Amino acid sequence: MTSTARRKSYGVKGAPYGFLIPASILFVLFFALPIGYAIWLSFRKVQVSGLGLGAGARKEVWAGLENYTDAFTDSELLDGALRVLGYGCIVVPVMLGLALLFALMLDSEKVRLAPFSRLAIFLPYAIPGVVAALLWGFLYLPDVSPFYFVLDKLGLPQPDLLDGGPLFLALSNIAVWGGTGFNMIVIYTSLQSIPAEVYEAAKLDGATPLQIALKIKIPMVAPSLVLTFFFSIIATLQVFSEPTTLKPLTNSVSTTWSPLMKVYQDAFGKGDIHAAAAQATIIALATLLLSFGFLRAANRRNKRDVSQGVAR
Amino acid sequence: MSSLAVRKAAPAAGTTPGTAQGPPLRRRIALVPTITLLLGALYCLLPVAWVVIASTKSGSELFSTFTFLPGTGFAENLSDLSAYRDGVYWQWMGNSALYAVLGALLSTVVSSFSGYALATYRFRGREAIFNVLLAGVLMPPVILAIPQYLLLAKVDLTDSYLSVLLPQILSPYGVYLARIYAAAAVPSDVVEAGRMDGASEWRIFTRIALPMMIPGLVTVFLFQFVAIWNNFLLPYIMLSDDEKFPITLGLHTLLEQGANTPALYTLVITGAFLAVFPLVALFLVVQRFWSLDLLSGAVKS
Repeated sequence: MTSTARRKSYGVKGAPYGFLIPASILFVLFFALPIGYAIWLSFRKVQVSGLGLGAGARKEVWAGLENYTDAFTDSELLDGALRVLGYGCIVVPVMLGLALLFALMLDSEKVRLAPFSRLAIFLPYAIPGVVAALLWGFLYLPDVSPFYFVLDKLGLPQPDLLDGGPLFLALSNIAVWGGTGFNMIVIYTSLQSIPAEVYEAAKLDGATPLQIALKIKIPMVAPSLVLTFFFSIIATLQVFSEPTTLKPLTNSVSTTWSPLMKVYQDAFGKGDIHAAAAQATIIALATLLLSFGFLRAANRRNKRDVSQGVAR
Repeated sequence: MSSLAVRKAAPAAGTTPGTAQGPPLRRRIALVPTITLLLGALYCLLPVAWVVIASTKSGSELFSTFTFLPGTGFAENLSDLSAYRDGVYWQWMGNSALYAVLGALLSTVVSSFSGYALATYRFRGREAIFNVLLAGVLMPPVILAIPQYLLLAKVDLTDSYLSVLLPQILSPYGVYLARIYAAAAVPSDVVEAGRMDGASEWRIFTRIALPMMIPGLVTVFLFQFVAIWNNFLLPYIMLSDDEKFPITLGLHTLLEQGANTPALYTLVITGAFLAVFPLVALFLVVQRFWSLDLLSGAVKS
């Protein structure tokens, strides 16, 4: 090897690291450092001596697992987790069910106005969550809502959509409205990539469109269903801006409605950053466990299906 | 699909569903899918249609006339909104545009560097770096934003434009997309040929690889633009001076003040309408040359 060639090969070797410098700096500053800091804070607490007045009366000390045991016995956090669980059990199946249904319909033959419908259903993706919550919030208000107008004219009872059980549906509806279109596009594009020959044989055998959808199309888009499920679970666990936006319109959304709202409330409302850090760490771990657990289960299932297919 | 296609398809509306013309028509048009999709479209357009109409109503019309009957107060609402606290609303719009354009631009640059490096070079730690970056997607934003706030407070950067801009530049999803596009669009023999000609790695990237990655990078830019424009949590935590608020946070505070004073409802509604407008317009324009299939390219891999 000549010296210039060696120099060049070093240049090539160093190049990828050079290209990664900006991302690395940003990652350390805005991901690694904050996460590390949050974990560190979660093991600390403020100790107040005397009346807590004067310099040195409040000092930070090691807390061990105290913040964590507090978090696990905090009824507000547990209630919030249960609420979000219930909310997720409505949002994820309904949203993905609708997304799959619309994607299959878009993909069916002889469907009219599909470009218009596709665009209209995708449109909510472009609307910020806060604005979506605000729009629906007004549609839930009896004074201005067309639904109440119709119910009133028909003489039907008018439920309070911003209270109790209906509040779950009201919040779920906002998430479903905002998320269906995006998931529909993901599923639809993967439907489009299935080669036409796959259906030909089934069609010759006289399979109905419904049979083709259930037996051929859905199994073939299973990977994108897994992906949309995965992202939907993460998004659901992190619900924050919609209930926060609806809060001014109703007394039923507390400041600790979802676990993330509780974290925010503890950090900035109560000023207890140590408790908030412990709760945040728990939520992050729960998110990781749930999403990776789901991915592993989905992978195992896929493999089993494939091996069964081969056996058949 | 371009909006042109939408316009072309529109005149067919009268003849498609519902008109009872017997079996021959039913065989040409799949009724169930067409109607299902139109119902879906109706559901998705309903709140948007409502806000468009409600923004034309004056304060008294809002509560007295039928919801979908246009009012007469749009000009008045607009001037009221513009006059609200010396036009702070337009300041919010401007801030949102600044955060979204600048943030998405920087994010696209960083993503293109990282995606290109991860896709075209074989080097130690490549997969480890990629996986660590991807794990960032899973981090709930609040969990990042609170310690980010506390750390930025230590260097006196909270409540500044930078506090909203900087944390949003690195987007794990953007890096992921850029890697997929670079792997698909930049053939390794082209890079190798550039090296044979004695071009530097930087020159190969800027002159050869980058132009090939442009369609994918447009997608990264748009995703990031939408993500930043729609972001509520980070500015909610970082900012207290409402001159620096983006539109999402501004509307939230407007609603908080307006919830108890129905007189402010019209301002909130008009504000919401105008906030929806730019992104919807952007999507309609952009989808002419931006294919959503690029999204699936990322999904399939």
